[in-house]
Amino acid sequence: MSVHVGNSETAATFPQAAKELLGNAQLRQNVRRATETIRNKRAKVVAEMPDWEDLRNSAQQIKRNVLRNLDTYLEQFEARCAEAGGQVHWARDADEANRSIIGIIEGHNEKEIIKVKTMTSDETRLNVALEAAGITPYETDLADLIIQLGDDKPSHIVVPALHKNKTEIRQLFLEKMGLTELGTQPEDLTAAARSYLRERFLRVKVGFSGANFAVAETGSVCVVESEGNGRMCVTLPDVLITMLGIEKIVPTFDDLEVFLQLLPRSATGERMNPYNSIWTGVTPNDGPREFHVVLLDNGRTKVLADPAARETLHCIRCAACLNACPVYRQTGGHAYGSIYSGPIGAILTPQLHSMEHSQSLPYASSLCGACYEVCPVKINIPEILIHLRQRLVESGDTTALETLEMKVAAFAMASAGRLGAAQKLMRIGQPFANMMVPAWTNSRDLPAAPKETFREWWAKRT
Amino acid sequence: MLISLFIACYNDTLFPETGKAVVSVLERLGHTVEFRAAQTCCGQMHYNTGYRPEAVSLMRHFLEVFQGAEVICIPSSSCVSMIRDHFPGMAAEAGLQNEVAELLPRVYEFTELLVDKLGVTDTGATYPHTVTLHTSCHSLRSLHIGDRPQRLLRSVRGITLVELPASDQCCGFGGTFAIKNAAVSTAMLSEKMQCILDTGADVCTAGDNSCLMHIGGGLAKQDAPVRCVHLAQILASGISDSKILAS
Repeated sequence: MSVHVGNSETAATFPQAAKELLGNAQLRQNVRRATETIRNKRAKVVAEMPDWEDLRNSAQQIKRNVLRNLDTYLEQFEARCAEAGGQVHWARDADEANRSIIGIIEGHNEKEIIKVKTMTSDETRLNVALEAAGITPYETDLADLIIQLGDDKPSHIVVPALHKNKTEIRQLFLEKMGLTELGTQPEDLTAAARSYLRERFLRVKVGFSGANFAVAETGSVCVVESEGNGRMCVTLPDVLITMLGIEKIVPTFDDLEVFLQLLPRSATGERMNPYNSIWTGVTPNDGPREFHVVLLDNGRTKVLADPAARETLHCIRCAACLNACPVYRQTGGHAYGSIYSGPIGAILTPQLHSMEHSQSLPYASSLCGACYEVCPVKINIPEILIHLRQRLVESGDTTALETLEMKVAAFAMASAGRLGAAQKLMRIGQPFANMMVPAWTNSRDLPAAPKETFREWWAKRT
Repeated sequence: MLISLFIACYNDTLFPETGKAVVSVLERLGHTVEFRAAQTCCGQMHYNTGYRPEAVSLMRHFLEVFQGAEVICIPSSSCVSMIRDHFPGMAAEAGLQNEVAELLPRVYEFTELLVDKLGVTDTGATYPHTVTLHTSCHSLRSLHIGDRPQRLLRSVRGITLVELPASDQCCGFGGTFAIKNAAVSTAMLSEKMQCILDTGADVCTAGDNSCLMHIGGGLAKQDAPVRCVHLAQILASGISDSKILAS
């Protein structure tokens, strides 16, 4: 098994990457502006739903049921999809998934594919594998196109190019699309992307998509999006390949009712996505003639095996937690070293890797709880962050100094007598304190130790 | 009423004035305060940093110390949140479910105790300052403390209360986060300090000295003209208390 999550194995630690990004004023301004806009839109459309909490609870129950019976629902999906003319492939890890996909494309002697909903394929590094096999991938989601043209990395789960502003995107289009003229308005930029992409939509014979949901009872796949480019990708090509993580299954078609209300309001602050595509297998003379589904594990069954962190797999990738997170707000998504950024990335990436990589991520949170508050499927992210910290401590993957400090503190707190002694020591040590914790005192003064502690005052008083 | 005070380890060590203020307010309201001297810490720092067995030991000690206490007052939302949100989970593995179940209904954050249990919104305080209230994440999202602090502050004589913009944003403390991710923590703090300075307040208050230590430390580093003062100290201001004056 070789689990990849994008390039996160080689990423810098969160504190290192964050420190660098904090110096980028333009990026920070872009991130603040964009997340505030989405957050405010979300708050407005969530407030108008009297049954929002009921929807969240329903979603949580549905997801719990799915994860308890995942094997059953996956096999049901496979059977229904096959009955409808689809072909299902199982992939244990990223490499297996990529090999399946390349095999299908090579089977048709094609050298190009158009792509949409590309995040899961970023997880498996599909584009790198395709290029190595001589196949050219074209991203068609506008933001993913911006990332691809700029040889950049996504910084947000829903709005991958959120760290770029209009001016930066215009410059990129001018350079990479071979344009001599381009207006400055958003409409000009989308028009340029439209003509760039339209030609490829009509020419390329193989389409690739990720998916938002897959329905076990009908074998259907569902993609929601804002641009219509996804609709083009899943309807125009002769061959369509969809890859989805095994946790994307919902049991029944009716269950979509819950998620199609929660997802757009949480993700983009829209009441409904402009494009909702749901298809089942193949239909003669309508859409692709051949349809493949790749069901990807890539570490997900390991997450499933940990009861204390299992609900990480509830995630529907709405990114509401990113927009609400005060840490993400400061750094943007690149600091997380993974395509999955923000609070959900901080719990998902290390778990997919079985904690071999990304060990600084569970600490990339002040545990303020804003993520849990907005999560439409009620993932208790702070609790899972703490659980992952516990796993790191148990496995000995912490610094010797921290372990020593924590043991000393626990020793001192074990009885009031020891605590009193430690307090006296602290008072003696006060002149040295500033030198001992520069990470604190570079930006914050330490409080002066009082002449007497509360317990000393109380003892004198009575 | 006999009220047992859990002062919180960092208040005991660094912010004794907060504890004295709690005692002053409660005694003025006619209650008797006891301080069980064997108390130490709720275990939050260990729990949140991933040192669960150490946190379980501290929970066990807490349960022993406060056995039989009818009402426990804690002037720290984050400790109350630790007890309410995490003691039950740890109790199961430590075989202390009954003890924790009996403890929880007796634990009150300071403003919960005043408003809910004692029915008090006016402590008789006088505090002629312009004050803004920082809402700590634990009081906001774990305790759902609501407007209890505002109701108490509005009754204070001479006070001018000004609203803090973006009050639902974390100040960036987060315990060991402030050290492990010092740069991000400082960036979060900078935004919080700017919001506070923009209010024109001369005092920033909260129900948690942990946030106030962070915010106050940042303000002091910049020589900013704003002081951080725990809510209990405002609610005790201008109250004459012979015992406190004598000390």
